[in-house]
Amino acid sequence: MSGLTLPVLVTVMAGLLALVPVSAAIGPRLALIGTAILAALGTATILVHLLAGAPPTTLTLPVGLAGQSTILALDGLSALFTLIVLAVAAMAALAACDDAHPWPTAPALPGFAAGMLLCLLASDAFALVAGFELMSVASFVLVATHHTEEGVQSAARLYAGMAALSGLCLIAALALLAPNGASFAAMRTGGVEPWRATLVLALALLGPGAKAGLVPLHVWLPPAHAAAPAPVSALMSAAMTKVALYVLIRLVFDLAGSGNPLWWGLPLIALGIAGAVLGALRANMEMDIKTILACSTVENIGLITLGLGLALAARGADLAPLARLAAGAALLHSLAHAGFKSLLFLGAGAVLHQAGSRALAKLGGLAKAMPITVACLLLAAASLAGLPPSAGFAGEWLLFQSVIGAVRLGGIGLQVMACVVAAMLALATALAASAALRLAGVALLGRPRSAAAAAATDPGPALRWAMLLPALAVTLIGLAPGLVLALAQPALAVMLRTAPDDTLSILALQAGDHAQLYAPLLIAALLAAFLVLITQLLRRHAVQGARGGPLWDCGYGDPPAWQPFGDPAAQYGGASFAQPLRRVLGPLLLDLRETIHTPPPGDISVARLHTAISDPAQRLVFTPLGQWREAISRLADRLHFLTVRQILTMMGALLALLLAYIAAMEQL
Amino acid sequence: MTQLVYGTLGYDAAHMLGGLMLLLSFTLLSQRRMTALIDIYALQATCLALAAFWQGHVQSAPALYLTGAIAFAAKAVLIPAALRRLMLRLQLTETMEPALGIFASMALGVGLVVLSIMVVLPVTMQSQALTREDLALALSVVLLGLLMMISRRSAFAQVIGFMSLENGLILAAIGVAGMPLVVELSLAVLILVAFVVFGAFLRRMDRQFHSLDTTNLDRVGGQHR
Repeated sequence: MSGLTLPVLVTVMAGLLALVPVSAAIGPRLALIGTAILAALGTATILVHLLAGAPPTTLTLPVGLAGQSTILALDGLSALFTLIVLAVAAMAALAACDDAHPWPTAPALPGFAAGMLLCLLASDAFALVAGFELMSVASFVLVATHHTEEGVQSAARLYAGMAALSGLCLIAALALLAPNGASFAAMRTGGVEPWRATLVLALALLGPGAKAGLVPLHVWLPPAHAAAPAPVSALMSAAMTKVALYVLIRLVFDLAGSGNPLWWGLPLIALGIAGAVLGALRANMEMDIKTILACSTVENIGLITLGLGLALAARGADLAPLARLAAGAALLHSLAHAGFKSLLFLGAGAVLHQAGSRALAKLGGLAKAMPITVACLLLAAASLAGLPPSAGFAGEWLLFQSVIGAVRLGGIGLQVMACVVAAMLALATALAASAALRLAGVALLGRPRSAAAAAATDPGPALRWAMLLPALAVTLIGLAPGLVLALAQPALAVMLRTAPDDTLSILALQAGDHAQLYAPLLIAALLAAFLVLITQLLRRHAVQGARGGPLWDCGYGDPPAWQPFGDPAAQYGGASFAQPLRRVLGPLLLDLRETIHTPPPGDISVARLHTAISDPAQRLVFTPLGQWREAISRLADRLHFLTVRQILTMMGALLALLLAYIAAMEQL
Repeated sequence: MTQLVYGTLGYDAAHMLGGLMLLLSFTLLSQRRMTALIDIYALQATCLALAAFWQGHVQSAPALYLTGAIAFAAKAVLIPAALRRLMLRLQLTETMEPALGIFASMALGVGLVVLSIMVVLPVTMQSQALTREDLALALSVVLLGLLMMISRRSAFAQVIGFMSLENGLILAAIGVAGMPLVVELSLAVLILVAFVVFGAFLRRMDRQFHSLDTTNLDRVGGQHR
């Protein structure tokens, strides 16, 4: 049975690839239905494979570059990430089926999924690069779908630039690793010199790291995710960033050698925690629900990278239990994030479709209108906020445990670092909770801020199921994180080169022997018991019958007849919710600029407060880079204005230099 | 085809003609008078034609006779005559100051010859002696032509530098046994076309600026600066 998994997955991949031209010829809806069926088939296969604990398999395909075959392999690590990609792809395609007339670039969706799958199954450099680039190109097409809308073209251009950069860095990293051959097996046996391995680490952070949305190259992520159709955003945010992380793990943990110095983990830790804080903070400021979710993706990728960095540092320091804990946290949170973020994006798509807007200022009051969507979104938002016993809490709890355990890594410097990281992690999770609260409170609850929001209803059955199934999965991850961790054991064995740990409890998480225990089922039972108790008490002791209205209602009285939804301005809005955090952290982190426009005396028009924030990566990295590019192109531009003799002299001098070089080479 | 080795007549004559062309290149580089430039160029083209005839004889390749005839007719007779007519019509002054001093350009030229010998001789270790020396001479002529284009301000002298550069190319082409005729013919056609373009360009330039100094052209790019 286990030998069949890889052939089935290859068939799924071939089917997805074949869907691209076929659906482009017949109709985009076929691409979505086909992707949903094929990805669901693949999900079932890989789930059986994981649950059965099947051994790693390799498959050599007789197709590929001229004179070479393509090597595919499925080990614990790629199997875990394959599960994420296929499950999310199935749900995203199913959600898109809800629309009878899907967006015109839908035929690129199976290509996108196939690219990610190839990336995960690849076991030689060429297949990996091919998959990575296919993923980039297909997702670029999908991001540029609504290219006539404002801002989409610039988002797509930025995305294409970042994708090209990460592809180049990946190729460079693989070239550094492949002096003995392009297959992963040859790279592992060949061994890598320290300088090469260090360069690979830097390139992996720059290339796949940028693709995953690691700071400071995360700038492409919020606009691209906001621009794409919702199922595509779900796929990009939940699956593609994970594929990029998988490539990062594969390069750094696996191919760059089994041993590494301790400091290798530090850049990952620093970038991870910076991304977590920055992403969570920006998620509190944005006014577009999809941009909020994208910023929260930056935050979660930061958390996962923090876990990976801790694992890498612990592996370098030979602290196997800590490495296991941190890597487990990263993998568990990867799965949880894939679940709740796809749920959130699909829910955001439903909201956009039904209420006609992504802007917080035009939503609100959806809880009664679209109960199923809102219930799913609230469930996912609980994970986003990291509330126990949600899926998001389990990974973050493990992450906190490993950060606390990181004081064992080394001397006073590392201990101080661990304390700072712990404080920043607490800040990041608190900010994430606040962002989740703001999203749920402003967009879903309260009163509708537009007529379209008031008229919204739950979406059709396909999208409904595409939200309910991930909701179920997220609940399962939250209640039985040990089960997920057990599935991740083969992956941990690949990452840390240790034997799988089979002493795990399925129902609870434990941070090492005799350490703290987290039993989500117990917490859920306690919460349920309290809920029942309170309901009973209320039912028994509450005053029966109707009561009079409150005297002072804070502007929340019955709406007047001419404004059936109430005055939207009277509600607490997205911008006002963000203001305290903006005031506290904005000047430090987001370069906040506030200007107050007061009307002149005697003028009765309202005063206005304008706030502007900018991402520090934009200010510190992208703007200087752009200026350098300008300077270089100005320099190159001067070549256009050389005199005739200067051009001739330059040509002659270059020719003479070339000849001199050849002559010198001959003498050697 | 007779074997060409050092000391035989075939080798010596070919070498002498090539050496003569190189010498004439140096003379071009140092000459200031315009009529003398045209004369030296015609002389160099004559040497080229002779070298082609000689190679045709030595390699027993009748096609090279045609090359030589074309070279003589076009470069030793037609183009110099046209250049003289152009000079008379444009009423050019007799002497032109080079942008680079005569001594400096001669020194640079010697350096370029050394460079081309050092490049060509080791690369062509395997091939026969005549080809090696001939290639070195031809590359020197090409580089000296380029140097002449660089070191002169006058467009007229630059045209002659370009023509002399092309002579070096033909010299390289005839020195290699088995170079197809079509390559040499197309080179000859190319140079005639280039000459027509240059002639038109020089006239236009003279009408515009009343001078052939190419520094006048710098202003064209200036409007964007």
